[in-house]
Amino acid sequence: MSDIPQSARSAGRFTLFPRLSGVAITGILIAIFLMAFLVLPVIQVIYVAFLDAQSGTMTFQNFRDFFNTSLFRESFVNSFYVSAMSVVFATIIALPLAYITTRFNFAGSAIIQSLGFIPLIMPPFVGAVAMSLLFGRNGTVNLLLDQYFGFKVPFMEGLNGVIFVQSIHYFPFILINLSASLRNIDRSMEEAAQNLGSSGMRMFRRIVFPLAMPGYLAGAALVFIKVFDDLGTPLLLNVNTMLAPQAYLRITGVGINDPMGYVISFILVAFSIFALWTSFLFMRGKDYATVQKGGGGLSKRDLAPREKLVAWAVILFILALVLAPHFGLMLLAFGTIWSFSPLPDGFTLQHFGTVFTTSSQYIWNTILYAGTAAILDVILGVAIAYIVLRTGLIGRKWLDYMATAALAVPGVVLGIGYLRMFHGVQLPFGLGQMSSFWGLIIVALAVRRLPYALRACMAALQQVALSLEEAAESLGANKSSTVRRIVVPLMTGGILAGFVTSFATAAVELSATIMLVGRASDAPLAYGIYLYMQSPAGRGAGAALGILAVVIVALGTYLSQRIIEKDRNRRAAAPGAEQ
Amino acid sequence: MKKLMFTTALALIASASAHADTVVVVTSFPQDLTNPFKAAFEAAHPEHTLEVVSRNTNASVAYLQETRNSNTTDLFWASAPDAFEVLKSEGLLANVGISVEGIPDAVGGYPINDPDGYYYGFAASGYGIMYNTRYVAANGLPVAEEWDDLMRAEYNGHVAMSSPSRSGTTHLTVETLLQGDGWEEGWAKWKWISGNMNTVTERSFGVPDAVNSGSTGFGIVIDFFGLASNASGFPVELVYPSLTAIVPANIGIVANAPNSQGAQDFVEFVLSPEGQRVLLNPAIMRLPVNPEVYEDVPEGFPNPFSEDFAPGAIAFDVDKSGARYNLVNSLFDVMITYRLNDLRAAVAAVQAAEAVHADSDNAEALALIAEARALVEALPITEEQSLDPSYAGVFQISRVSADVAVVGRQAEVEQAWDGFTVANYAKAKELADRAAAMR
Repeated sequence: MSDIPQSARSAGRFTLFPRLSGVAITGILIAIFLMAFLVLPVIQVIYVAFLDAQSGTMTFQNFRDFFNTSLFRESFVNSFYVSAMSVVFATIIALPLAYITTRFNFAGSAIIQSLGFIPLIMPPFVGAVAMSLLFGRNGTVNLLLDQYFGFKVPFMEGLNGVIFVQSIHYFPFILINLSASLRNIDRSMEEAAQNLGSSGMRMFRRIVFPLAMPGYLAGAALVFIKVFDDLGTPLLLNVNTMLAPQAYLRITGVGINDPMGYVISFILVAFSIFALWTSFLFMRGKDYATVQKGGGGLSKRDLAPREKLVAWAVILFILALVLAPHFGLMLLAFGTIWSFSPLPDGFTLQHFGTVFTTSSQYIWNTILYAGTAAILDVILGVAIAYIVLRTGLIGRKWLDYMATAALAVPGVVLGIGYLRMFHGVQLPFGLGQMSSFWGLIIVALAVRRLPYALRACMAALQQVALSLEEAAESLGANKSSTVRRIVVPLMTGGILAGFVTSFATAAVELSATIMLVGRASDAPLAYGIYLYMQSPAGRGAGAALGILAVVIVALGTYLSQRIIEKDRNRRAAAPGAEQ
Repeated sequence: MKKLMFTTALALIASASAHADTVVVVTSFPQDLTNPFKAAFEAAHPEHTLEVVSRNTNASVAYLQETRNSNTTDLFWASAPDAFEVLKSEGLLANVGISVEGIPDAVGGYPINDPDGYYYGFAASGYGIMYNTRYVAANGLPVAEEWDDLMRAEYNGHVAMSSPSRSGTTHLTVETLLQGDGWEEGWAKWKWISGNMNTVTERSFGVPDAVNSGSTGFGIVIDFFGLASNASGFPVELVYPSLTAIVPANIGIVANAPNSQGAQDFVEFVLSPEGQRVLLNPAIMRLPVNPEVYEDVPEGFPNPFSEDFAPGAIAFDVDKSGARYNLVNSLFDVMITYRLNDLRAAVAAVQAAEAVHADSDNAEALALIAEARALVEALPITEEQSLDPSYAGVFQISRVSADVAVVGRQAEVEQAWDGFTVANYAKAKELADRAAAMR
């Protein structure tokens, strides 16, 4: 990977055309940023995979050991199976929600789109407790089933439990990207299909869904990679025979220096890039660009009363399922003692009192950190998407690969890498040590959440027709003003989708930040939850803090949703649009 | 947002200038423990401010290792003695003579302070069995009071513990049984107990969490988890088995501490009777190491220095434990954590066969059951191997001395163990199933 900056720089040397140089400089700057804050810190940690554990010499023996170990081969198969099945179930959940809200005039679409997003915000630790209190072996559902019907359903056991939890946790990736895509479909395509006699499911299967493919694939690839690399859920269900938990368990033991953990990390990164590359192959040679933007996606029609009933039933069922964990979190935050019973013994406001009196700094820090990180992410995301899709910069694909590889880098690895790189670097202006400076937390969050924003921006840009840019340029606009005045406005939906995804997930991220938090006053929400969850008495307060995180993110999402709607209405009012 | 950043920057500058009087402690302890100590210490020593940085034990150790070149931490404060051993062996702890007058050498057979003076025990914790009273009542289970009770078939699926490689305190419990009952007997016990588990959690706090929420009935936990859960109102109780490990939680001064004097003052405060009394706070519930404090404890508070506390406590061999520390963790993970489903299947099959033949004299079936039991209990290595530096060294790369020739690689060794274990469990299940089918 070390040849990236060279290739980017050599591209800089070839800039005979002045209008390309801006792009090249941007590309190089991004490459430098990614090298400094992602690639090099990770290499600092992960090179151990190539060292002989005893002698310290270079070797590939560790990789041979990986493939010779039956536990690791089994873990690999399990991880692959769980990821693939999670994509399937996440699709089953996301597709009806996305379709109904974008295709029909449906009351409360904005609310459904915002609520459907909430599952992504699962605060660490407390989310897990809430899930097991509802769906666990002796959770609410199973206690009631056992009492009235005499049987229990193992929702949260083994690999199927992981698939269950992952699907309802990560389906918003598909929902949000697919919805953005569906909104951008050229209505004339749909009308052409209708003119030719297609309708109903057939039209959805043959015309609408294929046209929304960029968004769907972007979401599905995210779900796949995220599930493949995710630690939290398998660990909370105590499933160890998957790759990510194996890597984590081997890296974080006290005084353990097992190179296999790093080998697995390396394989996770490599496989994530491979999965992404496969999704590229799938998309290659297909053109999803849409010329007309004014129409604002598919024509919406009203539902017949019967259809409306069905639609509400489907949506309410899905929402009840996917919001159950947050309902559980709510009970936990307002409950007193909740143990081996369907509901808490009593209710109280005391936990919120504790949180507001002692922990308000966490809330402001989270808004500051996650917000700044998400803004950084969409700026980088738009720039990378543009360079990759619209320019001939040499090595441009590598920008994408590098940024996406961040998905697969365990947070601990990034955190340790930062300490190794930046500790001892003194910042000017009395900001102190770089590694304990809160700005580094923002950078870590931005790097870790960049893939989300990037995928959304890529999907959005794929749907913008090149001809629109060419038109702008032939009318005399230069590159930068074309990007500013044509491309970015056309990508608004995708950019906001990216912003929201990055912001929401950054707001509850813990694994990298726990290494970087220098003092409690600089700590974000997730760290506060961690502090509470170290003691039995802190469970309710931790849940209350988790609820606050969810509320913050929900508000952010709702506002973005409003902006998208407004934007669409504004455009719909433009000439050429119907309604 | 700008204003926020500005004020944060101001706060940073202000706190940087006040650094001289600040004592920075990196700890894995919860706020419930650190806040009362912070308040008490700052009241007793108004010249110092205690700044608490919370990280879990693993992250703390990694943090101290990574920041050694420009250390900003004065103290490390955590439970697991092995974390202190790692830091000590890497020269990250300072040896400053601190008076430990009034504190005995050992509690329950375990030395309280590091013999070399690099870290000090400040609170004792025993291991016990924590159980959810509602769960126990709903399932009609008797209370398990000894480790052996947990091996019984009636507890199948009702037990949880954390992995010793994840939790230093769990490691000590595992090692205590291995030393108390012997290598083979001890491992056999762990396998039969683990066969009754529904989960081996990744975090040590996952066990009290599971018992508190009632997802499991019995948990093998360090005592204060049970005592503090009980104190916060959960329907849980804790019992100490007669063979228990009493383990001190520790504090040590980091090498090149920026505020060495403040660090010493804090350690001395924590060990003083005044500091020791803070431990009796109901949200903390750890056992003081200063026997003087027990004169005014509430009724029923466990006293590890009393005669009748844990009569079976053994003289814990720290050197033996240290020599095979990572090996024991790894062996536990390979045989139990990663193969829990296989182990549970085998144990359940044996239990079913034994139930069928509880009072039969079918010699053939009983022989099959005995063979199955032996297969479940079989170990890939002997105790001698576990203590052989050239073998155990495979697992402790960072701490192995240069003149020991280490044979093999960890992944290679683990693969061999794994193959051995999986085959044995499968065979045991098959034999037990066959025995159960005979009537």
